[in-house]
Amino acid sequence: MQEFLDMGGYARYVWPSYGLFLLMLLGSWGTAIHRGRQIRRKIAQYDTMQDS
Amino acid sequence: MWLWFHKLGSPPSFYPFAGRLAVILAVPGVLLLLHGLYGALLSAPADYQQGEGYRIIFVHVPAAWLSLFVYSAMAVAAVIALIWRMKVAEVFIVDAAWLGAGFTAVALATGMLWGKPMWGTYWVWDARLTSELILLFLYLGVLALDQALHDERQAARACSLLALVGAINVPIVHYSVEWWNTLHQGPTVSKFDSPSMDSRMLWPLLEMALASTLLFGTVVLVRMRASLLWRERHSRWVRQMLEI
Repeated sequence: MQEFLDMGGYARYVWPSYGLFLLMLLGSWGTAIHRGRQIRRKIAQYDTMQDS
Repeated sequence: MWLWFHKLGSPPSFYPFAGRLAVILAVPGVLLLLHGLYGALLSAPADYQQGEGYRIIFVHVPAAWLSLFVYSAMAVAAVIALIWRMKVAEVFIVDAAWLGAGFTAVALATGMLWGKPMWGTYWVWDARLTSELILLFLYLGVLALDQALHDERQAARACSLLALVGAINVPIVHYSVEWWNTLHQGPTVSKFDSPSMDSRMLWPLLEMALASTLLFGTVVLVRMRASLLWRERHSRWVRQMLEI
């Protein structure tokens, strides 16, 4: 396990690369879903304000 | 075909279609990503020259490939947006630019992290690296234009024009390693007749590239659905769908 994590001495280059890549994928997914919910809420609020 | 193209160009038809397609793309995307990561980190052998450090290419190459693919797709959407003024194409340009900028930044960062142990430096001003940096600025330019202009249609037109003009940089990035003498290595994967990679390394790389493309498709569709809802917020189909 330690050998795997050490990546033959390249750990400080390999793991941040994978971290950035996965963060980009997960982050973009998360923000896309969050933005969708936010926009639905904003439209609903906007309409409630118009009705009142 | 033509009818289908026009039908999908209309937001009320595109919205449910995009929702279904996002799920269809997400499932194989996640499975391929997990299998690709297993191959990249565990089953692919170490490189005889670069040791374990070469494993960065399994994330660097998909990010770099997507940085070019996304911009090319934006240029196609720009043509459609300028000629037919389709809202779906206009929305795609900006939503894809967010993701394209992210992938370009990741490609540059992972390239730097690979360059330090292999070249001895994080950055050199060679043709591939510089043209990729220009690509990042083009993405940021599209996003800045969209934010700067208040009128949505005007902003979409300006973004389409920049996406189209900036497409000239895509072949420059791709062929930079052939046209100029660069520190960056030449093509290895795109030589399909004789890829200069062992198949145990090539397959995980192709899996990672395909997974990233499928997941890009998923995320861009989710983003587009939200953008279309906002742009069409005053229309009847949005109100009916949200049951307002």
